[in-house]
Amino acid sequence: MSELIFERNSLNEASWLPELGEPEEKILSQVPEKFLRKKEAGLPSLSELDVVRHFTRLSQKNFCVDANFYPLGSCTMKYNPKALDSIASMDSFSQIHPYQEESGVQGALKVLYEMQTFLCGITGMDEFTLQPAAGAHGELCGLLMVGAYHRFKKRHKTKVLIPDSAHGTNPATAALCGYEVVQVKTNAKGHVDLEDLKSKLDDSIACLMMTNPNTLGLFEEDILEIAKSVHQVGGLVYYDGANMNALLGVCRPGDMGFDIVHLNLHKTFAVPHGSGGPGSGPVGVKKELIPFLPEPRILKTGDRYTFEASAPQSIGKLRSFYGNFGAIIRSYGYIKALGKEGLKAVSENAILNANYLKAKLSDFFEVPHAGHCMHEFVMSAKKQKARGVKALDIAKRLLDYGVHAPTIYFPLIVEEAMMIEPTETESKTTLDEFIQILRAIDKEITETPNIVLEAPHSTPVSRIDEVTAARQPNLRYRADSSRPATPSFPVPRPEQSANCCEPIKG
Amino acid sequence: MQYISNTANDKKEMLHAVGVSSFDELIAKVPKHLQKFEMGVPAGISELELVREMVETGRANHHFHHYASYLGAGNYDHFIPTVVNHLALRGEFITSYTPYQGEASQGTLQSIYEYQSLMCELTAMDYSNASMYDGASSLAEAALLALRSSGRKKILIPDSVHPEYRTVVKTYLSFVGAEIIHVPSKDAGVDMAALEKALDSDVAAVVLQQPNFFGSLEEATEITQKTHAAGALLIACVNPISLGIIQPPGEYGADIAVGEGQPLGNAVAFGGPHFGFFTVKEELLRKIPGRIAGMTVDKAGRRSFVLTLQAREQHIRREKATSNICTNHSLCALKGAIYLSLLGKKGLKKLALINWKNAHDTYKKLLTIKGVKPFSSRSFFNEFAVVIEKDESSLRASLENHKILGPLSLKRFDAHHKNAYLFAVTENRTPADLDRLVKAIEGAK
Repeated sequence: MSELIFERNSLNEASWLPELGEPEEKILSQVPEKFLRKKEAGLPSLSELDVVRHFTRLSQKNFCVDANFYPLGSCTMKYNPKALDSIASMDSFSQIHPYQEESGVQGALKVLYEMQTFLCGITGMDEFTLQPAAGAHGELCGLLMVGAYHRFKKRHKTKVLIPDSAHGTNPATAALCGYEVVQVKTNAKGHVDLEDLKSKLDDSIACLMMTNPNTLGLFEEDILEIAKSVHQVGGLVYYDGANMNALLGVCRPGDMGFDIVHLNLHKTFAVPHGSGGPGSGPVGVKKELIPFLPEPRILKTGDRYTFEASAPQSIGKLRSFYGNFGAIIRSYGYIKALGKEGLKAVSENAILNANYLKAKLSDFFEVPHAGHCMHEFVMSAKKQKARGVKALDIAKRLLDYGVHAPTIYFPLIVEEAMMIEPTETESKTTLDEFIQILRAIDKEITETPNIVLEAPHSTPVSRIDEVTAARQPNLRYRADSSRPATPSFPVPRPEQSANCCEPIKG
Repeated sequence: MQYISNTANDKKEMLHAVGVSSFDELIAKVPKHLQKFEMGVPAGISELELVREMVETGRANHHFHHYASYLGAGNYDHFIPTVVNHLALRGEFITSYTPYQGEASQGTLQSIYEYQSLMCELTAMDYSNASMYDGASSLAEAALLALRSSGRKKILIPDSVHPEYRTVVKTYLSFVGAEIIHVPSKDAGVDMAALEKALDSDVAAVVLQQPNFFGSLEEATEITQKTHAAGALLIACVNPISLGIIQPPGEYGADIAVGEGQPLGNAVAFGGPHFGFFTVKEELLRKIPGRIAGMTVDKAGRRSFVLTLQAREQHIRREKATSNICTNHSLCALKGAIYLSLLGKKGLKKLALINWKNAHDTYKKLLTIKGVKPFSSRSFFNEFAVVIEKDESSLRASLENHKILGPLSLKRFDAHHKNAYLFAVTENRTPADLDRLVKAIEGAK
């Protein structure tokens, strides 16, 4: 039984804090009664050792890149160099305040300014903002700029085009910005269906959001024509940088005709995923969109770095201060360490690793889209399903072999999808082990199917009852046991089964 | 420096297995002319050179270990016990993904459940999500939630709310057809008469920052009562450390309580990453943005944790989701959970009392200096504004000479606040710092 932090009790005097110096009552008597907290917060009481032991034990229940191969498609679970953690932790970067005088934070501003410049060069864009906190936040930034741009041009635009293979954040962001979402079909070859796209183009199109390579891991060969067609109706083309790990030194979104680009520093540029963030989602734009970037921009005059004084057409601010500096500085260090040759080697090895797995695994898995892939590919467990085992079961069984599951049931357009992204940092030896493991599981499906159907067996818990979790939600511990832990109203059942709730995006 | 594991021979064998003779064949679909460009990134360097260079770059920053910081306004120089980073930076937490794969992520999932519980206990609210980006974006999401759940069109934001937070709300709401109404301040707090006047039947929510941007404590109970009387929701944006002694949002009846989590064990780091907390009353649970972890059982009936109520989220609902948020600030929230666990009941109160005392000692001392005057008559917690009738550049130079960071000039956000400065005083400030601060101000012309 997994003990909650609230369920253990030991001596806690918070002795890491200095003494008050005067009686508690004396200070409390200065606080006007109307502002005083009436009931003490129900925090736990634990000694330092018990806290350390609790969270250490929790950590040991996690799979992580440091310990496990993690071929989670679309999430780019590459190795996170440890040097970058220590750089981000340096006092000179972690112990500085966003409202210090510019003269006292020239080092930090230099990092931000140079980072903007690096990202422009890598993506072929003209200017970058580092403010967005994550990919979806970058999308919000981008779509708000799309809106501001069209408003400025006095164009009435109401729709955003999004391929049916896209991540959920794309339509969610478009809707958040007040746009109607129009889906574009994928053709049999796994590419954006150009005819379908063209049939949906008219003056109401604000922009097309897409990624290249697409979520099937395929390079969109028609990208130049796609961009041209959207531009012809006065629309903008937005690049979701989820798959940028395929393009470093290979080609640039800016040269393909994209007007706005967001990057996920926590994917391509080695910021650790931190069990779900923080990431960073910088946004790059072409010249005509620069006036709409969030404020403040960071400029360089002579050898001084400064914040831009005012930007009247800016969309405003998406968060307080300037961005996830602690994440940005990791990626800055990463780009400096790798350099242009190292960045190129990232995509070369990511693409090579993915193609190697695709070639080897196509021996016994169905691979719906032939040809070479970029940094990831999608296979289908259809053949295995015919033998009674689903992609979900295979994913769970992989855990028993110490491998994190791939992304499954995404993209939605592939049946029993398994999306595999090995990343560049894995060795051929690791990939060969993975192939052997999948082969062994494939054999189990025929010989001892229950072992797969009932997997995982070696994780801290076996398959989790997600239906009960959703129907009778228990979302917190209550220190005051007189109140029920579950909400008193019925919570509707999720509209899709738990099988669909698999990793979609980092 | 590269972090590649394939040897030259590996690569050769892999290309052969794929059936190509060179890497270029794998990217043959990328038009040739797109492959030619200059990346504008210098050549790579070793780890040794990188660290050396970063140490050098860092020298141009004035940091808290060499300067005493009186800067606040959302981010504060609090002490972070060693245990927080020691635990949070374990590879098992920092290099794992969002816990969608429950069986392989019980550590993260349980810690999120505990984080949610801790935030609810702290704020006296019913439910919490797994975290947002920061305080400002949480406030914006709270405004969106209020608009969504009420069907009304106006959000009332007092001028005493952090100016950057107001800007962020405005940005988020730019295309949703909502109206933001500013409520003027009086004596550095909400002008009650103006609030009453602005409260009509189209108001979805009133925002209350406690303590507010000026550090002042607002009349939270009265504001909440007036808000509810008009049928609107009360969104409280609170400083988590203050809740050790100051009334939590649940006690005055807030419907949504959000805030900046940085003070809870996260380094200031030039403004991020930190985390935003987001808590609600039970009635709003189904409309809350972002991830939520729940407790359930596994097949064998053992206590287990899993992400739940996902039918609100973008990966299921796409354009009908309650928010577009996906990646949040999980690791920062974990730091918050560890920090609150270390503090415990006793520690939280003690910390809040130390902050109160240090700030009030500083305030009293500053007012003894010639040319220093009160800015507001309201009560405050660990942050306050005063008027310093001195030349600003002379004051800045003197503060720099005495190795002091801050205070924040309120003129930065509002030209009307000439000579007004905001001071934050945490447990990290010592009597010796105060002596230096007094000398610095006295020494300015």
